[in-house]
Amino acid sequence: MIGSLCKAIVLGASLTGLLGAVAARAQEARTAIGTGSTTLLLHSTTDIEIIRPTLERFTALNPDLRIEYEQWGSNDLYANSLEACAGDEPVADAVFSSAVHQMVSLVNAGCAAQHRSAFTEALPPARRWRNELWGITEEPAVIAYNKAFFAEAEVPRDRFALLDLLRTRPDALRGRIATYDIEASGLGYLFAYSDSLEATTFGALLEGFSRTEAIATCCSAEIIEGVAEGRYLLAYHVLGSYVEAGARPEVGLILPEDYTLFLSRGFMIPKGAPQAAAARRLLDYLLSPDGQARLSEAGLIFPQDATETGLLPSARRFIALAPSLLVALDQHRIRQFSALFASAFRPSEHP
Amino acid sequence: MSDTPGFWPHPQSLQARVLRRVLALLLLGAVLVAGMAWLNGRQAAWQAYDRILLGAANDIAESIRIQGGGPVVDLPVSAFELLAQAPDDRVAYAVRAADGALITGFADAATRAGMPDTDARLFFDAPMQGERARFVEVTRRFAERDFSGVIRVSVGQTLIARKAMTLRLMLDAVLPLAVAGLVLLVASYFVIRAAVRPLERIADNLLARDPYDLTPMTVADPPREVAVMVDAMNRFMGRLDRQIGVMRNLISDTAHQLRTPVAAIRVQAEAIIEAPETPDGGQRLVRLVRRTRSLGRLLDQMLSRAMIIHRTDNVPRARLDLREVALGVVEMRDHEVLAPEAEVGLVIGDSPVWVEADEFSLSQAVGNLLSNALRHGQPPVRIGVEARGSEAWLWVLDSGAGPGEDILRGLGQRFERSKASPEDSAGLGLSIVAAVAQAFGGRVAMERTEDGFRMALVLPRAAEVGS
Repeated sequence: MIGSLCKAIVLGASLTGLLGAVAARAQEARTAIGTGSTTLLLHSTTDIEIIRPTLERFTALNPDLRIEYEQWGSNDLYANSLEACAGDEPVADAVFSSAVHQMVSLVNAGCAAQHRSAFTEALPPARRWRNELWGITEEPAVIAYNKAFFAEAEVPRDRFALLDLLRTRPDALRGRIATYDIEASGLGYLFAYSDSLEATTFGALLEGFSRTEAIATCCSAEIIEGVAEGRYLLAYHVLGSYVEAGARPEVGLILPEDYTLFLSRGFMIPKGAPQAAAARRLLDYLLSPDGQARLSEAGLIFPQDATETGLLPSARRFIALAPSLLVALDQHRIRQFSALFASAFRPSEHP
Repeated sequence: MSDTPGFWPHPQSLQARVLRRVLALLLLGAVLVAGMAWLNGRQAAWQAYDRILLGAANDIAESIRIQGGGPVVDLPVSAFELLAQAPDDRVAYAVRAADGALITGFADAATRAGMPDTDARLFFDAPMQGERARFVEVTRRFAERDFSGVIRVSVGQTLIARKAMTLRLMLDAVLPLAVAGLVLLVASYFVIRAAVRPLERIADNLLARDPYDLTPMTVADPPREVAVMVDAMNRFMGRLDRQIGVMRNLISDTAHQLRTPVAAIRVQAEAIIEAPETPDGGQRLVRLVRRTRSLGRLLDQMLSRAMIIHRTDNVPRARLDLREVALGVVEMRDHEVLAPEAEVGLVIGDSPVWVEADEFSLSQAVGNLLSNALRHGQPPVRIGVEARGSEAWLWVLDSGAGPGEDILRGLGQRFERSKASPEDSAGLGLSIVAAVAQAFGGRVAMERTEDGFRMALVLPRAAEVGS
């Protein structure tokens, strides 16, 4: 009995650690788009430079609106949104996050407001939940590699090839494989969790990463920067959109052919949002053909064409916006994953 | 009559009334059916989703294992895929130790703490972030070396899918019934229309009828209830017709009959006034008195006849022994006023002669027969009763030869008075007899016999009574 109590306390502590790694949660960047009189506060995990053209187009079409854009880390954003839902923090007008399991959790906690329009109704069921959460983008989780290092023949086209590579050339790759730090990145955790559900290759991959002393680090931009510079030879599971947006010629991109996870960034209008009407207009714009075209240009919507990507439709695995994502946020599940990753990766060298 | 407003300014048609009640009945049925369908649908939906909830809870309970002296939950995705059968419902789950401490899950998920442990699985309603939700709590017991005790798993879900399924099941049940109800309503409209059509025909018949037309009404193929009504109406109209006829006759007769005697009285009275001192003045006064007495008798007879005709239509018939009627007439001794010296003989048998009639009317008729015999016939006069086959005869016999053939032919008509009639005869006597005979289904018979002239009231005999 005492044992289980201790467990509970330890669990609480680890959860706090996960959610609040940074003591004072704050946005990473902040910018304003448009000059309208009504200010729409948008909390987002997306890098501002990637989505800026789309938002500028929106404010051009809606000159009465001005978007106050705050870029957050996904875990901080989740914590902030929960506090806002409880009434302890000011409520944003819209929340736009790539860590969709956290978004599902927010909706499940009754923190979201409903909206229906022709555009939201047109979404497939996997990209819509309760008319409170909508998947705006379609981005693959890809393997990025340093073109200089890999001769074209050597590029691993799927996870099995990657496993072989890890087995056959451990010394060349030692310390030069990067992936998201699941403790720091909600998106990284989501990818790892989804991977664990997809196939048994996940366990073997972790083992391989462990053997080659892979690096778990933070943030897509930094990882891709590292690959471009040759600090990392290969990055497992980074967002394809960041690879494309970075436009680094040194970086190659692989959609794993056994299966490729596809993420749809979640958009939510919090309950009690002061400018809910403006948020609904933004949502409808993002889902409109024009909005989708702009997002596509920004690389946030990956082309569907199989001949271009070399990816069979059956290999596309969408992370559906559904309550089953709540499993990802289960305390025991997080603890198991943390333990697993802690044993597989050495601490990040990158800040 | 059709252009005069009815007693009720806006009466509602029978059809509208019945239709309205049928509609109310159908609506009541619809409400009951909808209520029952809703209850059934709700029960089915609750059962179905309770099973899903229970399945998910069991799934989670199965995934608990003891590791390092404490429970570890390997939360199964399949449990949540099961819960996704209600795709739009929010979910909550919690795994708790026996003392209620949260092992994993949502701290605010409802629990049934304090319930007896014997009840291993339990559904209950509890709020989830202010929304109504349904929860299940299952317990799993562990008896391991390093852990022993109970772990409770509670799983809850909001009610969107349940409500949607309830509504769908209800509509599935109610919509066909609603269509059936509409069909029934239309059908009942036609059925009711067909049922009240005879009434409409009667109403049309009555409306189209001349106010003085009291002939019987005919309705083709009437239902029994309507036939009774039509029959009653026809009888009523027949009675009304007779009454009106009687009244009309009475008025015209009275005017006609009173004119002559009154004129005679006036002439005689004027003569007395003009020449009061003439030698035969006393004689004239006697005549005047006789005239007035005759006038009085005429009035009596007219009243009596009107009365009889009124009674035959309005007074219920009674079972009578004709012998008693004859006896009563003789014993009243009215004839002594007419002919004080005459003797009236009574000829009756031992056994009663039964008829169905009104005693007063019969007495009046027989009294008239008797006074006729006394006035016009030859004494001795006898009154008798006898049964002839199916007929009962009540006769009066005088010893004369009877009236002449020409008089006989006209006998029984109202105010049949010949020049030979005495001035105090009203001529109403036989017409009363004839009216009475007709009213009770009989006739007036006359025959010349060796003993004299016999005049009889012949009525159908009533059946013998057993007692």
